[in-house]
Amino acid sequence: MHNNPSDLIVVDQLSKYYRVANKQPGFKGTLKHFFDRKTYDVPAVTDISFKISPGEVVGFLGANGAGKTTLLKMMCGLIHPSTGLVDVGGFSPQRRQTAFLKEITLVMGQKQQLIWDLPPMDSLYVNAAVYGLSDHEAKVRINELAEMLELGDELTRPVRKLSLGQRMKSEILASLLHKPSVLFLDEPTLGLDVNAQARVRSFLSEYNKRTGATILLTSHYMADITALCPRVICIHKGKLFYDGDLDSLANSLSPSREVKVELKNPCPSEQFKKYGDIQDLNDRFVCLLVSRDKLTDVVSNLLTDFDIIDLEISDPPIDQLIGELFIRGEVN
Amino acid sequence: MQRYFKTIRLFWSTAFASQLEYQLNFLIELLAMLGTLLGSVFILSLFFTGGRQLGDWTWESALVIQGVYTFLDGLTNALLRPNLTEIVNYVREGTLDYVLLKPIDSQFWLSVKKFSFAGLPEIILGLSIVFWAAIQSGSTFSLHSLFVFIISLLIGFIILYSVWFLIAASSIWFVKTWNATEVLRALLAAGRYPISAYPVILRFIFTLVLPVAFLTTFPAEAILGELTFNILFFGLILSSLFFTFSRLFWKFALKHYTSASS
Repeated sequence: MHNNPSDLIVVDQLSKYYRVANKQPGFKGTLKHFFDRKTYDVPAVTDISFKISPGEVVGFLGANGAGKTTLLKMMCGLIHPSTGLVDVGGFSPQRRQTAFLKEITLVMGQKQQLIWDLPPMDSLYVNAAVYGLSDHEAKVRINELAEMLELGDELTRPVRKLSLGQRMKSEILASLLHKPSVLFLDEPTLGLDVNAQARVRSFLSEYNKRTGATILLTSHYMADITALCPRVICIHKGKLFYDGDLDSLANSLSPSREVKVELKNPCPSEQFKKYGDIQDLNDRFVCLLVSRDKLTDVVSNLLTDFDIIDLEISDPPIDQLIGELFIRGEVN
Repeated sequence: MQRYFKTIRLFWSTAFASQLEYQLNFLIELLAMLGTLLGSVFILSLFFTGGRQLGDWTWESALVIQGVYTFLDGLTNALLRPNLTEIVNYVREGTLDYVLLKPIDSQFWLSVKKFSFAGLPEIILGLSIVFWAAIQSGSTFSLHSLFVFIISLLIGFIILYSVWFLIAASSIWFVKTWNATEVLRALLAAGRYPISAYPVILRFIFTLVLPVAFLTTFPAEAILGELTFNILFFGLILSSLFFTFSRLFWKFALKHYTSASS
């Protein structure tokens, strides 16, 4: 494979299998398990390839257990691949060389690294020392990031007394102290309320613009992905099945549009059947799912056939589409 | 190297701050430490009232061994226990991931992250006993014997640390807190008495298999000016072997962790 110098991350035919022992229930099963252990390989990630350029923000989508976290951990060097290749900025992540570790960072929404009983500031200076930053450098850096994250005297309050949102922002500050150029974020907004989520999101987007850092992110919240990631990589049961921009994913997922109509007078549902799938019908309001190629015809017919006060055309919500996608398991 | 020293300084100052964070708990810890100290002193006083000979050791020189034991026990409480019993939590909670992604040796991080200041008085008491008892037994210190004493203490500590770390590192497989601590304390406690006070077979085991002799008896002999160069040399090799093995084992354990964790 030829590596284009413009590729920061190259993942090539990457697979990861976990060896699992199969134990039958009961005492007999236990004995058998002890003497004649049967193991089999469970694929977590199968034959995934993609490339990422510097400065990109890429979202990894997938249901629980799809293999997102395994993939992310292989890219930051915490899990050794079974087969295939990962290259991050010319480094092999699993070797965890110092020069590589100084370029990356990992934020895990459900795990914390700040010392629980002390204010974040203490942990920040420990991290600064670990990364070899001088006190002055650390101070400048902390001030800069604290301003971007809107953190003030929270940094001098014990971590256990902070709200989840404040804590997450402090965690992010701690993991960005050493100016990493590649950010791996595993569910960074997990459990946060809508406002806190939005603040984390706007910070990440701002950070990406200011520093040109590459951001790789997994999230359950579709809003994170739509707000931050022009490019998404979808994983289902360990396999990659979509890699491209979010808009065309929406198009390929949903060849239909939602047409919402407000009528002057109520009409029975039978009258709308020929135009498209009725999603909702409520007194004077009708919502139809219409395939894109018929859209103009349907709309003009509707306008001539009925007395219409208002008409609105939209995409079905993306999270609903993705949800259907994971159930179906493939892109149309 | 300088980065490592600065890191240790910050590790320990934050550890101190965390311990002060809960005032009541800190007071209780101080009381518990005082209790341990009184216990040690009581056991020592039993030595004074006795009249028996332990192996070929006089009372005063046996007291030196008690001093070394108290010193090592203090060091265990200050450094080994707080850090090494924590490894299992790093594994269970998955925060080991954060440690592994820091540009610093992970074994270093896990071994020195914490420092319990409640262990300090015991360390000081131990050293005081060593010197007091050594003077009582008529030993005259020379630079040479002090130097050999420090080296042999280091040998003992490294062996104790390595064994403990090996056991703690195995928690990568058995993600479960099991009481290895007690096994190790028993091992250390066996070193309260001169090695020659034990039967020949135990003496052999404690020197070569479980090197208890290196923990307490040999440092005591060093300060009394009785340690032979051969034993010191053997100790240096043995402790380097133990330490190297603990590092190799950790690398091996990590290989397993990184290929099995999710």
